[in-house]
Amino acid sequence: MPEYTLKIRRFDPESGRAAYWESFQVELPPERSVLDGVLQARDTQDGSLSIRCSCQAAICGSCAVRINGRTGLACNTKIGEAFERAKSFGHDEIVVEPMGNMPVIKDLIVDMDAVHWKKVKRVVPWLLPAGDPPEREYVVPPESMIDVTQTMACIHCGACVGACLSLEVDPEFIGPAALAKAYRFVGDPRDAATEDRLRDLAEDPHGLYDCTHCFACVEVCPKGVAPMDQIMRLRRRATADYGIKDRNNGYGHEKAFVDLIERYGTLHEAQLLPRSYGQGSLIRSQIDPSSLKQLASSLPTVINGLKSGKVSPKAALWHHKLPDQKHVRRIYKEIHSKDERLELNLYIVGESGGETEGAMAEGSQES
Amino acid sequence: MKVAYWPGCVSRGFTPELHGAMAAVAPKLDIELVELDRANCCGAGVIAEHNQELVDTLNARTFALAQGVEGAAGMMNICSTCQGAQSECRERLDASSEYREAINEHLQPEGLTYRHDPDWWNKNFLWLLVEEIGLDSLRERVVRPLTGLKVAAFYGCYISRPSRRLGFDRHPERDRYLDMVIETLGATPVDYAGKHKCCGFPLITMNKETSLRQAGRHIADALDADADCMVTPCPLCHLNLDLQQPDAAKRVERDLGLPVLHFPQLVGLALGISPKELGMNKHVVKTDEVQRVVAGVAAAA
Ligand code: SF4
Ligand code: SF4
Ligand code: FES
Repeated sequence: MPEYTLKIRRFDPESGRAAYWESFQVELPPERSVLDGVLQARDTQDGSLSIRCSCQAAICGSCAVRINGRTGLACNTKIGEAFERAKSFGHDEIVVEPMGNMPVIKDLIVDMDAVHWKKVKRVVPWLLPAGDPPEREYVVPPESMIDVTQTMACIHCGACVGACLSLEVDPEFIGPAALAKAYRFVGDPRDAATEDRLRDLAEDPHGLYDCTHCFACVEVCPKGVAPMDQIMRLRRRATADYGIKDRNNGYGHEKAFVDLIERYGTLHEAQLLPRSYGQGSLIRSQIDPSSLKQLASSLPTVINGLKSGKVSPKAALWHHKLPDQKHVRRIYKEIHSKDERLELNLYIVGESGGETEGAMAEGSQES
Repeated sequence: MKVAYWPGCVSRGFTPELHGAMAAVAPKLDIELVELDRANCCGAGVIAEHNQELVDTLNARTFALAQGVEGAAGMMNICSTCQGAQSECRERLDASSEYREAINEHLQPEGLTYRHDPDWWNKNFLWLLVEEIGLDSLRERVVRPLTGLKVAAFYGCYISRPSRRLGFDRHPERDRYLDMVIETLGATPVDYAGKHKCCGFPLITMNKETSLRQAGRHIADALDADADCMVTPCPLCHLNLDLQQPDAAKRVERDLGLPVLHFPQLVGLALGISPKELGMNKHVVKTDEVQRVVAGVAAAA
């Protein structure tokens, strides 16, 4: 039977000792899990070694840890594969640590209440229907729920929270799991608070527009929830469907970018900033006090750019149009004039990588 | 090798030194660049956030133009963000013929069609260099080894995640290519925490604090690991790491001052191209120290 070394991050607040590393030898077949390895070490070598677990089948969401630097479920990670990965970095030990972004309670156990669950509560994770509930159950057409099935797959393991790169620098960010949960209700046809929910998240400086689009949550989620995609859907709803002009420039930035490409085909960067600050409008950015203040705060950067010679005054003032820009404009017109947004959700149709016939789902959202 | 070349918007806007560096490096590697001057912006994640059909159509248009370049081996970009944004659209276009046809309808009036072809590729210059040209061939062309230069690799999110969409199953070492190239050029790769993290650029207009704290932290970590410079295949990362570095320094409350090179600039130095031709005088954080180390090596040799 193969032997593996697990290098585990230990911490016991009661001991008064700082966190330290300890290595354990375990013996088990390569297809068994890293969790099995940790449990064997606990059972045979040190009964105080702590990890949270229950189902051992990637269902309960208890056992998320960081393995060789990558966040994931310990019960869902084969020990043989984890070893191969460690080896490819030139290591002969599998490194197991608690997840990031949450305080450690003991060894591999982090405080999910203090971070993950607190954030989930922040988004009001229950249905807010209009009026009194019906006498019997709510009836909704099954198609209208397809859109939220992806978010419903979440098992609250917190892996995305532990890996989120915005959270790393802004602990107040609402974060991937909670925002994905928010979409679960924003996308639910029975919920009557859609606009309020969106406005609340858009106006929060640590909300919708505090996600840095890093894909870490998409990469680590064991259930394919793709929290970042749900955040992008929330933004799409907030801007395109409700026109919510938030104070974080989320609306302005999207509008400015999309409009500039319609006009020029490629990005006219010098106009992106002022337009973003002016809710998409160049005029507004020059007269509105709050956007003027923001523009002024960017001046040192602009001056640095000009001084270094990378930004020429010409590039700042003039931008060329593509030779066939009329086609880009036509594409914009064709798509914007549709009543429904056409979307292909690979979570629902499957990522075959090849051909999936009849896989297209007409977006259930109005545009 | 002939490639359909998509330089992206930023390399022709706020980082013109990148466009120039690539143009100087290509002939040294026998790459013939056919620039796609009719192609449009990839959307940089923002148009995707606005409307999926729109962003998929815009990128299908770019792909169709690239596929029309006679004799090209594939398409090349020089921006991690273009790579990721375009790969995302391509994944959807390739997943369903029905969806692809619906998108291609918008291209018809221009006489264009995106063809589903698993053998056709779109690669960042970093991927192309390792996979199509090869490190051995690169090593043979090095005339000025960057001995003694300690380089911190910075990939950019869009070229790192999600690994499945970005072809890591077939090319599992794509998250190590920068270090491999740095070694091949004779320089020393530096290990530090930020290598695969986010520069913060997508948040620069929406939350400057979160944005620049990220940039500042990674630069500080690289400095603590004794790096002489950073290198990135993404011009958007470059904007946050170089152009914004003075402001980022304030947010992390320490002095920074780490030169940040575009990937083709680093390659170009080792291939013997002058720093000036590579636009290394057009950075906000001065690159003199890097030039001195490189010149010192050349003088000693
Ligand atoms: S994409 Fe956004 S939510 Fe997801 S990990 Fe990155 S910053 Fe966090
Ligand atoms: S979204 Fe995925 S990673 Fe995040 S808590 Fe839910 S299941 Fe875990
Ligand atoms: S033990 Fe339940 S998910 Fe791992």
